[in-house]
Amino acid sequence: MSVPEDPVADRLPDSLAVYWESDVVKIGATLAAVYLLYVVAGFLLGYGLSGQLNSLRRLTFLIVLYSIGALVVNLHWGYSGLFNIGVVGFMAVGVYTTTILTRPVAGQTPTGTLPGLGLPLPIAIVGGVLAAALVGYVAALPSLRLRDDYFAIVTLAFAEIIRITAKASELQEFTVFGTTLGTGGGRGIRTFPNPVNQFFEGTGAPVVDAVSGTVDGSLVAGWAFVLVLTGVLVCVLWMIVRLAGSPFGRVLKGIRDDEEATTALAKDTNSFKIRAFIIGSGILGFLGIIWQGSQGYISPGLFVPQLTFFIWIAVIIGGAGSNTGSIIGSILFVGTIYLGPGYVRRLIEEFVSLSGRAATFPDALAALAGGDVSGILLYTLDQTSALRVVLTGVLLIWLLKRRPDGLFGNRREMASSIDVESRVRDRQSSDATTGGEE
Amino acid sequence: MIRQLTTGELTVALIASYLWRGLAYGLVIGLAGVGLSLTYDLLDFANFAHGDYITISAFVGWGVAYLVAGFGQFSPGSLLFLGVGGTVYPQDVGISVTAAPVAILVGLIIAALVGALLAVALDSAVYKSMRGAGNITLLIASVGVAFVLRYAAVFLFTQQTFGLTADSWSYEIGLPGGAVRITSASLLLIIVALVMMIAIHLLLTRTKLGKAMRAMGANQQLARVTGIPSEKIVRRTWLIGGALAGIAGFMIALLQGTINYQIGWTLLLLVFAGVIMGGIGSVYGAIVGGILVGLITRVSLIWIPASFTEATGFAVMILILLTRPAGIFGGDAT
Repeated sequence: MSVPEDPVADRLPDSLAVYWESDVVKIGATLAAVYLLYVVAGFLLGYGLSGQLNSLRRLTFLIVLYSIGALVVNLHWGYSGLFNIGVVGFMAVGVYTTTILTRPVAGQTPTGTLPGLGLPLPIAIVGGVLAAALVGYVAALPSLRLRDDYFAIVTLAFAEIIRITAKASELQEFTVFGTTLGTGGGRGIRTFPNPVNQFFEGTGAPVVDAVSGTVDGSLVAGWAFVLVLTGVLVCVLWMIVRLAGSPFGRVLKGIRDDEEATTALAKDTNSFKIRAFIIGSGILGFLGIIWQGSQGYISPGLFVPQLTFFIWIAVIIGGAGSNTGSIIGSILFVGTIYLGPGYVRRLIEEFVSLSGRAATFPDALAALAGGDVSGILLYTLDQTSALRVVLTGVLLIWLLKRRPDGLFGNRREMASSIDVESRVRDRQSSDATTGGEE
Repeated sequence: MIRQLTTGELTVALIASYLWRGLAYGLVIGLAGVGLSLTYDLLDFANFAHGDYITISAFVGWGVAYLVAGFGQFSPGSLLFLGVGGTVYPQDVGISVTAAPVAILVGLIIAALVGALLAVALDSAVYKSMRGAGNITLLIASVGVAFVLRYAAVFLFTQQTFGLTADSWSYEIGLPGGAVRITSASLLLIIVALVMMIAIHLLLTRTKLGKAMRAMGANQQLARVTGIPSEKIVRRTWLIGGALAGIAGFMIALLQGTINYQIGWTLLLLVFAGVIMGGIGSVYGAIVGGILVGLITRVSLIWIPASFTEATGFAVMILILLTRPAGIFGGDAT
């Protein structure tokens, strides 16, 4: 095992490096640095207080959601060695089930919207989570004895089957047992109202009125929802930490490190893997509900494999095997690659005056040939969403080549509760110094 | 099915046209699968970027085909970029298999070249330094490569779906209950696929390179001990696989008559299905598996709605993985 190296700790003075050891400080410092960056960017762009708060709200919203996803991927891959690249599929199952369960029954819907089963939201959320867990069970049960790359292909194919099913026009609206329901097909479906927004429209309205003199009123509900999500993140983190420290979690880590040895200790490894997979799938279902579900409208286009890999790269940045790493990776991913290019674009537009227009790449090239650089620059700025993904790919390759353990070095947690590996290392080194006298 | 046949919902002509379309589609999947299967076997990782080799070479190949067909009439920039932004339309260029065979052939050759060069360049830039890094690490790296290639295509061509060809000659064979339409595109595809398959067969059985490739596939250590330059063989394998991916990309665009940045990614899982069905590492298996996947997805239209065509292919792949992970022919046959 290589000695963990941490680029930040190596550069900090010793007095500060001690604090960096603490996971809370690490997350806090990274978050503070990213926040500072966005406040400065907002300042340069001339945002007012509302603008700043909204920009930070969007940042935090995405960080929290990516963190939950990254924690699950870490539970699957970092703890149990299950290579799941079908993350979006489980999210889609969760949110689609909840939506269909909550849509008002036929006859009570406004015209033009799809009917559903008309259940209250809390029951529907439980239903969505259970459905995602069930699909996780179906996906995992037969696939666990496969090689890990085959398992990856199966999970990806599973997620694509789910997306294709949601998109199918045959399921857009159908009737079973006299009940009409549907997925909305390619057109998508309106989801349930966000209870936090409802609260601030009703009972909480005085709060909104009180602040609306200073900042935009809609920020109250927005930030309140982000705080609720942060609460969810803390719960998920607590659950996974408890799980990882329990005998159950130690078996999972044992499976990851050496499945045969774990089986030799009379552990039914398949059962452990399936349970870990189901727990993760359930959380992913919930993630779908609070993420896409909270936006008021879902369509199959939201659940493309790209999102899965975005969550994966957050885990890889932080280093697989570490919950803290997953959260820090999410902060860095959202803060730099995901939202960064948009801000860079706005900053350039603010401070560099560009004239002309280049709608297509050949136009931009033609302008460049004529000695006009602004064409290609404008075109590049228009394509930031594509460049963001290119950047993600480049970073992914660079990380795997240069820092396969993540930015902060190897942070894998050990399977055993005492550090056996270091004892073996100590004994080997003492053998070496004594010259192996017997 | 028999009930459907007797009631006349399902005609012989319909089945025949499903089979014909399935065969054409399956040949494309098979061609694309050869490269994937070979590199999967030699380097032991699933290359998720293979679909995007298909996309990039199809775009470049068609750009060149447009350039050849419309040279002098339109600006070369618009032609090379397939008239992105609505500057040139396929009807203007009048490109089709029968109307501009030279342009199509040049485009095909360019697509093969681009695919081959791309595969070799990416191998030396990305994968070469990661040999032996573990199949999952390489798999994730290939996802990174896929992202770069796919969104480079978006950057250059936007997310637009381009119509490619004008109408061209087609022949109808009358059958009970209708007719099977055989287009010039599918005929060309079958000829190209047959030629390529014979070429691969000869390469594998008659040449020193083919022998070395088969030896590497069977046992890498032993091959190295007997003096086979493994890196050189790996590079040539990428070259051949990339060229076939390029040809497959050009042909699938011709067959569909449209192209967009997701053309290769959409095909990729079906290519995986074919490769796994045929047994990883087997060239003949990849081709047969590809044809089977093509036939299954099209013939399933008899029972399953068209929206689920791809889902059927994926489901069959999952079933094969679960029941016969070594492929239906039982593994490494080359």
